[in-house]
Amino acid sequence: MTEMLDLLRSPWPWWVGGPLIGLTVPLLLWLGNRSFGISSNLRHLCAAALPETAKPPFFRYDWRAESWNLAFALGLVLAGAVFGGLLADPQPAHLSAAGAQSVRELGVAVRPGLVPAELTDLSRPGVWALLALSGLLVGFGTRYGGGCTSGHAITGLSTLQVPSLIATVAFFAGGIFSANFLLPLLLSALGIGGLK
Amino acid sequence: MTRIPGVHPPAQPSASARQGAGLLVYLLAGLYFGMVLVKSEAASWYRIQEMFRFESFHMFGLIGSAVVTGMLSTALLRRFGHTRSGDRVRVTPKDRGWVRYVVGGLTFGLGWGLAGVCPGPIFVLIGAGVGPMLVTLLFALLGTYLYGALQKRLPH
Repeated sequence: MTEMLDLLRSPWPWWVGGPLIGLTVPLLLWLGNRSFGISSNLRHLCAAALPETAKPPFFRYDWRAESWNLAFALGLVLAGAVFGGLLADPQPAHLSAAGAQSVRELGVAVRPGLVPAELTDLSRPGVWALLALSGLLVGFGTRYGGGCTSGHAITGLSTLQVPSLIATVAFFAGGIFSANFLLPLLLSALGIGGLK
Repeated sequence: MTRIPGVHPPAQPSASARQGAGLLVYLLAGLYFGMVLVKSEAASWYRIQEMFRFESFHMFGLIGSAVVTGMLSTALLRRFGHTRSGDRVRVTPKDRGWVRYVVGGLTFGLGWGLAGVCPGPIFVLIGAGVGPMLVTLLFALLGTYLYGALQKRLPH
């Protein structure tokens, strides 16, 4: 029983998770010619929430016709509750030695959980700033670029689309710059991180 | 319809019940994908940092094998299969151009590297009880709104 629970809680190697991620593309096509992409839900949520009179034209469309994607997002939330909550891995992420060292140098401890406590402590104003800035850039950038990791890197590359290759290269470039230069700067400027 | 004694015709489900059942399969698909995001640690801030610093093969193997599998399985489905209802499989082509993909992609990447979340994990982490991710979601909605409001003035 305990062994069974341990098995359910432990993470999978990349060669199990990767192919299962890739199969989401044909799964959604088979279910109803749906194009797999999660960030569109941010648009649908805006379209659903904004009053008709205050809507820019970009949000004037029948978002109910895209309910399937909102149902998919609800499934993500449920998956988080089950696999990230109930069956959460009691071990910290199995980082490489270099990866763990870099995280510690940022002033962040490697502990169990998906997001470090240092970045979720809302009693510190700097954490609000970091989470808000990150969200703002993700929301604006995914809509401007027409998709995120799922829509471009997974669906777009899987279906051999050149725009998705451009977008994927661009968001990896942005992420590399951000993680290596912007994040360390922001963490020290905002006074986040415990160990330094 | 001829009524046979003892045999009841199937009740017609209401339109909303049919739509609900139709949506349920997508909710299950989301549950499946979210499970893989957690179990493969793609929803882990630590793993995203490690990836952007090239300190482990894990995320590259994950995304690489996802793309290869997606490519092969989608090609097979398009060549030999059809949708659940028997339709031809259609892949929507992305709009042409490059400015929006470069600028939008870079902007998204900058945000991704900070809190270590792309849109999928934002939803997963909220479900996992990481309450502060609601701040990120709220500002992601604001960013989406800003794009919508400025769309006409931005180069694409």
